[in-house]
Amino acid sequence: MSTQPETASSDRTETLTVREAIRAALREEMEQDEDVFVMGEDVGKFGGVLDVTDGLFEQFGGERVRDTPISEAGFVGAGVGAAATGSRPVVEVMFSDFLGVSGEQIMNQMAKMRYMFGGKIEMPVTIRTTEGGGMGAASQHSGTPHTWFAHFPGLKAVTPGTPAAAKGLLKSAIRSNDPVFFFENKMMYEQSGEVPTDPGYTLPIGEASVEREGEDVTVVATQRLVGESLDVAEDLAGETSVEVIDVRSLYPLDTDTLADSIRKTGRMVVADESPISYGVHAEIVTRMVENEFFSLDAPLQRVGVPDTHIPFSSPLEDEVVPDGDDVRDAISQVV
Amino acid sequence: MSSISIEDTDGRREILRRMLTIREFDSTAGDLFADGEIPGFVHLYIGEEAVAVGACAALDEEDYITSTHRGHGHCIAKGLDPNRMMAELFGRRDGYCNGKGGSMHIADVEANMLGANGIVGAGPPLATGAALTSQFKGEDRIALAFLGDGAVAQGQVHEAINLAATWDLPAVFLVENNHFGEGTPADEQHNIENLSETAESYNIPGFTVDGMDVTAVNEAVAEARERARNGEGPTLIEADTYRYRGHFEGDPEPYRDEEDVKHWQERDPIDTFAERLIDRGDLTEAELEEMRSEIAAEIEAAVEYARDADLPDPSEAYDDMFGEPVPEIEEFASRLRADGAGGDSR
Repeated sequence: MSTQPETASSDRTETLTVREAIRAALREEMEQDEDVFVMGEDVGKFGGVLDVTDGLFEQFGGERVRDTPISEAGFVGAGVGAAATGSRPVVEVMFSDFLGVSGEQIMNQMAKMRYMFGGKIEMPVTIRTTEGGGMGAASQHSGTPHTWFAHFPGLKAVTPGTPAAAKGLLKSAIRSNDPVFFFENKMMYEQSGEVPTDPGYTLPIGEASVEREGEDVTVVATQRLVGESLDVAEDLAGETSVEVIDVRSLYPLDTDTLADSIRKTGRMVVADESPISYGVHAEIVTRMVENEFFSLDAPLQRVGVPDTHIPFSSPLEDEVVPDGDDVRDAISQVV
Repeated sequence: MSSISIEDTDGRREILRRMLTIREFDSTAGDLFADGEIPGFVHLYIGEEAVAVGACAALDEEDYITSTHRGHGHCIAKGLDPNRMMAELFGRRDGYCNGKGGSMHIADVEANMLGANGIVGAGPPLATGAALTSQFKGEDRIALAFLGDGAVAQGQVHEAINLAATWDLPAVFLVENNHFGEGTPADEQHNIENLSETAESYNIPGFTVDGMDVTAVNEAVAEARERARNGEGPTLIEADTYRYRGHFEGDPEPYRDEEDVKHWQERDPIDTFAERLIDRGDLTEAELEEMRSEIAAEIEAAVEYARDADLPDPSEAYDDMFGEPVPEIEEFASRLRADGAGGDSR
């Protein structure tokens, strides 16, 4: 009887959707650490309003997959208190638009306790939430507020653009002793890709990934726009060589990988579904200007939501939610 | 097991000692603030000592507490060291938070004191979370949240109590009704007379007790703790008390008469309890005076300790943001320090 070599086992992959990758990460981390529990609205018997936690209640029971009242300040705050006392909660806030309801516990407790207490407390809490337009959910269920949390000191924020990134980053978030916001895009749940099966697989928080190499222009993208940018790059192949980077982690942000890329291409499009002004785009552009000013061959481009909310009616929604066509237009401005 | 038993002489003397220590600590802190030696904001607990000490005496050392912006009393009642508390008020490295917290954020996780809190009403969700850990891990400990009367109007307090009640969490919510929410009388902030009436809406026990009587507070918290440990869920206790000082030091107090303060001082929680102990023979007048002078010397020593302690190095401002540090802060720190912007340590 022979055993598989370690490398072979850790290289094995399976095809999963983003939804399945997130569920697998939750399941694996709950199996390997009994301090991990999940709580949020309808995450248990219902299986999550977007089916992400489906099956976890049946496997782990109501103590570890807890249905909460509709009470974000209360259960996010309880997550902070539980994390401060040795639990490792994964709190689902059903839609990211609801994060404001729990704003106080995030801003003044979760983010500040470690620092205010002189580093004498750990805050191993993960907040999972879903963002983005595209399903006619209207303004209060379609926002992309991740900039707030990437901006606020004391929090980490990740935005996976592939199923593999979703699994690896969520596992790292759960294992982290820092508060990590895990931002899912609701139009990505059915997107599939190859995902490592090794339960030890994680991705470091703070590393971007070059998803496609190119020479002429760099597209730095997040979430759904990673896949759409890869499609654009494929369409333009032979005409324009497009490098596509999944930012993966908004804070900390992997400046080096982005800088290496722009040093090569001299051109950059930043594609992120948050509102354009004062946001993720601005931060990435600033870092490029600070670090690679003399590598720039063209004005940097921003693709995002044009500072509106997300409207209901589809011609309106389609107008403001950025997609591959917007990325393609931005590329055409600079090459 | 309670940390201090009010049933025996030593326990009662210790309860008196802790109340006296709080009063001496806060009187001194008020003076030092007036002298400009303590910076920032300082909120004193004088007049309310029976609540913190009565409650914490009923708790086990393993039980958690969350505190408020008026937190010095809770710290001393939970057994924190006045030296390191005073060092924190002075912004020294030896303070409980290495000088990063100050008066409003003293915490000692090792003593299960989860922090004073500058946000009114923010403690109860944290206590609910600590109680959740206890229930989730099958531990035999409870979490007690101190909150003010003003906090009862906060939405997150309602959410925290509702969650704790719905899940039968081992928690106690102790409302210190000192009759003013900042500068506005409590009866102008709430539409009910006794704040413990809110307990009815959660279907949990609610009591109003005399917060100037350490025995009454102790008894109520001891019973609440037993219910919590037995899986019977949380209790809401309102302690009717009074703060002798302003909301903050320097408060001009336009909202009340000096006569009101005097009226409450006639039922001073320390004087009445000391008299009771003398009457029952737990200690003599001479021993009480000796206790007072010991405590005065202890607090004086704490002030000296704080004065002598080192200030933090400016470079420590960049520490403690994360367990796993981020390159951003390291880079900003190195840039600023290279410029000499944060260079001078005195």
